[in-house]
Amino acid sequence: MTHFVANSLLLFSAQPDGAFVPKLAPTDNFWLPNAGSELARSIDSLFMFIMWSSIVSVLIILIAAAWICWKYKGGAREENRAALSQEDHSTTLEIVWSVVPMFFLVTVFVWGFKDFVALRTSPKDSIEIYATGQKWKWTFKYPSGHVDSELHVPQGKNVRILIKSVDVLHSLFIPEYRVKMDAVPGRYTELWFNPEQAGTSPIFCAEYCGTQHSDMMSQVTVHAGDGYDKWLLEMEKRIDALPPVELGQLMVKQFGCGACHSLDGKTGTGPTFKGLWAKTETLATGQTVLVDENYVRRSILEPMADVVQGFPPQMPSFKGQLSDKKIDGIVEYLKTLK
Amino acid sequence: MAAPGTTIDENFITHEKGLLSWLTTLDHKRIGVMYLMCVLGAFLLGGTAALVVRTELWTPGPTIISHDVYNQAFTLHGAAMVFLVIIPGIPAALGNIVLPLMLGAKDVAFPRLNLASWYLWVIGALFLIASLVTNAADTGWTFYTPYSTTTTTSVIPAVFGAFILGFSSIFTGLNFMTTIHKLRPPGMTWFRMPLFLWALYSTAVMQVLATPVLGITLLMLIVERAVGIGIFDPKLGGDPVLFQHFFWFYSHPAVYIMIVPAFGVVSEIFPVFSRKRVFGYKFIALSSVAIAILGFLVWGHHMFTSGQSVVASTVFSAITFLIAIPTAIKVFNWVTTMYKGAVHLETPMIYSLGFLWVFTIGGVTGMFLSVMSTDIHLHDTYFVVAHFHYVMMGGAITALLGGLHYWWPKMSGRMYNEKLGQVSSLIVLFGLNLTFFPQFIMGSRGMPRRYYNYLPEFQEMHQLSTIGAYMMGLGFVITAWYLIVSLKKGRIAPANPWGGHTLEWHCSSPPPYYNFHDAPVITEGPYEYADWTYDKKIGGYVRKGQ
Amino acid sequence: MSEATTADKTHGADGHDHSGHGEFPFLAHHFDTPQQQFETGKLGIWLFLVTEVLFFGGLFCAYALYRSLHPEVFEYAHFFLDTKWGAINTCVLIFSSVTAAWAVRNAQLKQTKMLVINIAITILCGFGFMGIKYVEYSHKIHDGLLPGSHYQPTLHAWDTPAYKAKYGSGEHATSPAAPHGKAAAHDKGVAPTEGAPASEAKPVPFSERKVGPHEFNVEPRNVNRFFAIYFCMTGLHGIHVVVGIGIWVWLLIRASRGEFGPQYFGPIDYAALYWHLVDLIWIYLFPLLYLIH
Repeated sequence: MTHFVANSLLLFSAQPDGAFVPKLAPTDNFWLPNAGSELARSIDSLFMFIMWSSIVSVLIILIAAAWICWKYKGGAREENRAALSQEDHSTTLEIVWSVVPMFFLVTVFVWGFKDFVALRTSPKDSIEIYATGQKWKWTFKYPSGHVDSELHVPQGKNVRILIKSVDVLHSLFIPEYRVKMDAVPGRYTELWFNPEQAGTSPIFCAEYCGTQHSDMMSQVTVHAGDGYDKWLLEMEKRIDALPPVELGQLMVKQFGCGACHSLDGKTGTGPTFKGLWAKTETLATGQTVLVDENYVRRSILEPMADVVQGFPPQMPSFKGQLSDKKIDGIVEYLKTLK
Repeated sequence: MAAPGTTIDENFITHEKGLLSWLTTLDHKRIGVMYLMCVLGAFLLGGTAALVVRTELWTPGPTIISHDVYNQAFTLHGAAMVFLVIIPGIPAALGNIVLPLMLGAKDVAFPRLNLASWYLWVIGALFLIASLVTNAADTGWTFYTPYSTTTTTSVIPAVFGAFILGFSSIFTGLNFMTTIHKLRPPGMTWFRMPLFLWALYSTAVMQVLATPVLGITLLMLIVERAVGIGIFDPKLGGDPVLFQHFFWFYSHPAVYIMIVPAFGVVSEIFPVFSRKRVFGYKFIALSSVAIAILGFLVWGHHMFTSGQSVVASTVFSAITFLIAIPTAIKVFNWVTTMYKGAVHLETPMIYSLGFLWVFTIGGVTGMFLSVMSTDIHLHDTYFVVAHFHYVMMGGAITALLGGLHYWWPKMSGRMYNEKLGQVSSLIVLFGLNLTFFPQFIMGSRGMPRRYYNYLPEFQEMHQLSTIGAYMMGLGFVITAWYLIVSLKKGRIAPANPWGGHTLEWHCSSPPPYYNFHDAPVITEGPYEYADWTYDKKIGGYVRKGQ
Repeated sequence: MSEATTADKTHGADGHDHSGHGEFPFLAHHFDTPQQQFETGKLGIWLFLVTEVLFFGGLFCAYALYRSLHPEVFEYAHFFLDTKWGAINTCVLIFSSVTAAWAVRNAQLKQTKMLVINIAITILCGFGFMGIKYVEYSHKIHDGLLPGSHYQPTLHAWDTPAYKAKYGSGEHATSPAAPHGKAAAHDKGVAPTEGAPASEAKPVPFSERKVGPHEFNVEPRNVNRFFAIYFCMTGLHGIHVVVGIGIWVWLLIRASRGEFGPQYFGPIDYAALYWHLVDLIWIYLFPLLYLIH
């Protein structure tokens, strides 16, 4: 029974230990991913407008240049063919090709400005979800207090994401909604969208953040009807009902511990969890320490206190993010990884 | 001393002999040649890193190297190409050789400073290499904090290298500005200067005014990383976004430092190879200046997603749009220059037409990125990567190659193999498009940049791109081969193989040590070809009455 | 002599000298007249000064930004600086600018003796400035007034004239704004800093004093930022003074050989311009860092 619960949980929230690879939603557009909101469609139409204007203007210039090269070819140098004209100035032409593009530029600028203001102005009635970027994982904290490695949102509602970072710069990028915002340590930034279609689509980190920048992928799941509330309730219930080991396993997955701590003995950015329990580790200071309940707890809350020798001091603190019950669960889970 | 144009026995290459005479030379032509060799060497380094990156991206996830090595490889590629190759490429290498000749001066204003800036380049490059051999920096060439202050790789040597290279660039710019102001011979008015000099002048203004800000920023970054002063570190109350402002205050003008000299090169090649006066001289000249000025006011368009205020973003976006106008003016004038001319399609001209082709695509795709709403989606995706490679590689490097072929007979005294030149230029241009065009497509579809692992949906585009990169590599290998061969076996170059009228073509090939015995007196513009006729016997142009 | 003049080391000696260059041994081969050479150098040095202004401009921007965002940090931290030393240094630099300007005139009039004296005074002033900076820096370091995570002030840090002038030298039992840090470790055996200890009639152990500006109940956050900016700006300025001293020493040697005269005084002029800029930057730094209220 517990086995079944753990497996079904994977479907909801947790990711496999290795890199998780989301899928783009299918679309007919050659250039752009599926547009998941009204604003995204508006931005796309501007994109396609610029695209077609660009294609037309580039083709005109290049075809003209090619035609001129063919029509006025100089032949062999010794023929000493002279140019047909030494005309080198035309104020009219200069004015025409300075002013005509102006009209195009102003149109595009105003159009882009309107959508940009809309992108940056989140509606008041939004659901607020806190996103935290850290190497190399997104975590999302829901109004109920639930923390998850994936973004779940209700269909047709305005969703406002408040973004922060605990280490370096990241950038929350959801191509489906044409939104992107940097996660800057020391301040909150935000973005919003209103998902129209139920389904899943990828989330990326767009600001380079180190070794596993490209593994910082997640996905957004849009629930139809009351699926979102049901999902939140379900998650809470399951977490409460879980035996400690299962809870610990889930937390290790949700908080993305696996990005640095492998479960199979491979050395990553941090020490592997396999066989870690009850081991004696040598610290960067040269001291030795026994991996016991207290050490694990301290490492989660104050990771810089006892860094194991040979590993970079990279781990963020999870103070305030993990309840005691969840930490106990992680301890119990580590005991099982022999 | 022999009169200019008639010398066979004495030129700047044979003037003195031995390695030491080169390393201590104050002659602008020799310094230019040394710059050129170093820049091309750095191009090989940066290009190799690019091929490593492209090969790694053949499959999602691990292909040939690990995450960390991949990150180091693209950092090396970016830093080497920007700081070692493209920024000094046209101004310091080609510019040094050509500027005083075109101007009619005997040398640049400060020959020692000129040599010092070459040595600074070498020292800066050594620091970058020191970072590479210890534990190569993995920050990306942008060195964004707080990542650059916390990563365990050796960032300080790389940043210090960039700092020193900045001073190399400042000294070159300062030298060129002063030279153009003070060393023009009688009759060489501002509007009789070749357009290449206008471009170099605009570039020099930007080098002098923008680079110091990069210098102080990198210095603060070094101090931040070394002793933790907290100016950029949010944990100590600092602001990481301030670093981005400072960085782009330099690095956006730096984009124009890279591309404006390229405008200058093709502005020379188009009229010479069309046997026709350049069209809209003043518009081309002044649009370089306009770009130089506006280039200082647009840095914030790199930061639309950084949390910058809507008002600031709007202003930066609007000014960015303005830059499109002087850029478009140039393109139209180049095309019109060829109209009703007598167009000769030799290698320099093929590169210039290639420039027109690729740069125009690079330019219009800039539009997508200056529009705020579409930039939010495209920022930090492969669309941006493709855009700036179309401009930097397709613009600056293509023009560098065009200029290299154009002035090769002048600087080396030998003709290269024209057939191979044409073939390899086409290989490079097609390879370039094959490499970077798929990147537009996957970028707008959502592929973020600097990714080691990626969605399988993008694999085909990545593979096309990798094939294109190898194609370009092949083109460059052929180019290097025939250029080196020409040094020994090439036909002896005439003084004026292309029929140019700017002053460097009035000197012998290679030019004499002193450039001009007596300061030339200028009575007409630089694009008057009526007096020059092609002489089959010498394989070059001679002036009537000579 | 040709060693030190502009670019004629390799060019002048090869028999390619041009008409007129013979009478001006200092004239580089690529210039036609001494006038052209001088004007070229002048434009060059002005452009260089522009780059210097921009170089410091980055730091002034950082100052302006943090000052406007966190005025309380600057208001609080400026008490740590000793206006007296800053003012003396300002005078020293202004005086040296006068002698530098005078030196230019001496060179133009070929008054070699006065030229040497004026350059020597300028150099001495430069050393004086650096000496005072050394005193100031060593106090800062000793008191733990350092940037970033190194900011750990001792209680001595408050013992400055700026603070005493406003709040007296005594104890302020009402304001608990003692800076955090390693206070206790320094309470004995250490001479009180900068301000004269004479004003204290009956010494109170430093560890028992509760001091700090009245208007601050608690120390503002991130006072370290002030010292980050202080050390960056004054440090970079100090490096420029040291470089300036080096240039003057070189010119002193050349001046003593009598190289400069009415036709050739460019190097003195350029060095003086550089020195004025360094002076000018300090004239901005002094009020921005020491005199803010």
